[in-house]
Amino acid sequence: MNRSLLLKLLSAAIVFGAWEIAGRVPVSYAFPTFLDSMTALFAMSIDGTLLRAYGETLRPLVAGIAISALLGIVIGLWIGLSEFCDWLFSPIFIVMQAAPLAALIPLLVMAYGIGLTSKVFVVCIMAMPVIVLNTASAVRNTPSSLKEMGRSFLGSDFDIVTRIILPSASPIIFSGLRLGISAGFIGAILAELKITPTGVGDIITYSRSIADYPSMYAAIFSIILLAVLFLNLLERLEGQLFAGNNRGYVSD
Amino acid sequence: MQETTVAMSRTESARRDADPSGPQGAAVDNAVSVRCVSKTFGSVEALKNLSLDFPRGELTSLLGPSGCGKTTLLKIIAGLLEPSSGRVEVGGEAVTGPGPDRAFVFQDFALLPWASVLRNVAFGLELRGMAKSEREAIAEKHICEVGLAGFEHSYPHQLSGGMRQRVGLARALAVDADVLLMDEPFSAVDEQTRRKFQEDLLDLVRNERKTFIFVTHSIEEAVYVSDQIAILLPRPSRVSEIIRPSGFRDKGADNLRRDPEYLDIVDSIWASLRSYVE
Ligand SMILES: Nc1ncnc2c1ncn2[C@@H]1O[C@H](COP(=O)(O)OP(=O)(O)O)[C@@H](O)[C@H]1O
Ligand SMILES: [Mg+2]
Repeated sequence: MNRSLLLKLLSAAIVFGAWEIAGRVPVSYAFPTFLDSMTALFAMSIDGTLLRAYGETLRPLVAGIAISALLGIVIGLWIGLSEFCDWLFSPIFIVMQAAPLAALIPLLVMAYGIGLTSKVFVVCIMAMPVIVLNTASAVRNTPSSLKEMGRSFLGSDFDIVTRIILPSASPIIFSGLRLGISAGFIGAILAELKITPTGVGDIITYSRSIADYPSMYAAIFSIILLAVLFLNLLERLEGQLFAGNNRGYVSD
Repeated sequence: MQETTVAMSRTESARRDADPSGPQGAAVDNAVSVRCVSKTFGSVEALKNLSLDFPRGELTSLLGPSGCGKTTLLKIIAGLLEPSSGRVEVGGEAVTGPGPDRAFVFQDFALLPWASVLRNVAFGLELRGMAKSEREAIAEKHICEVGLAGFEHSYPHQLSGGMRQRVGLARALAVDADVLLMDEPFSAVDEQTRRKFQEDLLDLVRNERKTFIFVTHSIEEAVYVSDQIAILLPRPSRVSEIIRPSGFRDKGADNLRRDPEYLDIVDSIWASLRSYVE
């Protein structure tokens, strides 16, 4: 535990060091140093700019991720359990995952306007397919002997889904959630850059237009930081829920 | 002397095959009886018109080369598979699905990797809706019984293969079913552990008033642990003979593997099986 924390700190130090050096060289006049960016980040946090921006950005992000996670797991479970649903829904999500999002945004705006709805849609389009597809394939690949065990010990269908299939699928479901949530963060920023500049997207657009690069990078850095924190939280949750799962499997 | 025992049991088996529902079935108290069961998977005929009785309180082995339908038969008895035709009776009632009178021990253990030993052993009771404290008390008892005291809070991956199968066995014992169905339970454990298991199994059969149906592909194992051995042969799948090793049961674990009758039966089974092994 301590060792992994140490490694994380070390890799962060290396990345930030490289950033600082690249900023000082400089690789481009538009590339600020790490310290300048951190100063800008600090300034934006103090004067409340960042807080206000996240008030805007988090709304479509949280809504989109919550919808994607809940709906994605339910639909994925359904697809994994029933061949009919697989036939019905799988193609939609495969197309959704492959579709170039930038091309879809004008259509979304046409249909739902430039408000919150469109942005939530963008987050969902980014986040949901991988959650659905991962859940479906994990559910489908539940070891059949575990399901048979559940049936032979008189488990109901509901018991077998909740006590065997979902816990057994949970490592892959969680990895889908991690990928989906990362994509959702990208989607949220993309929506703010492509639809209407609000929140963090607005800081990025505006500070670039006035060549305030440290602020621009500070905004980008803050969203990445938030994503990393969120993913760590998710990992912790997974560890709490299914203690035995991440310590190996019963199989020889 | 030994010859006669074997010969007699063969005659008996011939009689049972000829008239499976005859007076023989009524005289012996059968916990499970399989009547003319067939099972086809697509074009594969896994079982064809198979009839077999399992006397109460005894251990019956299903012995045969792999692919002859042992697992299929066991799953049909468990109610996990539906036979294409024929019927299975457990305690005089037709099987329509899994029931509280049967418990399964799986070849690959089928333990929940995310659950502790305690929860795994109590899992059958959990699925029956028993309260947590009650089922854990029962599970504790069976964990001790199979010799895993102290490992209640370990996870399956922290145990050896033999210990995992003890967990699988404790789980089956915990639901207190009349019939224990064991599908090659010792095939994934090492030879030393396996011998110990076989001895423990004999104690279990003697102490628990349960009927054991035990699938194995090991001739020695079948002869060592069984009250009755059904030899299954493939193509077409059938019970070719029923052997009841009887003379050496009380000779003690150490002498048993050297007993002449034991060795004779092993030899005669090998003689009838060898033509089916490539
Ligand atoms: N689910 C299945 N689908 C198709 N064929 C099967 C299935 N299960 C078993 N079989 C076939 O039935 C035959 C008997 O299998 P099985 O009962 O597993 O044999 P054993 O346990 O004696 O090795 C084999 O030929 C196997 O290929
Ligand atoms: Mg088998």
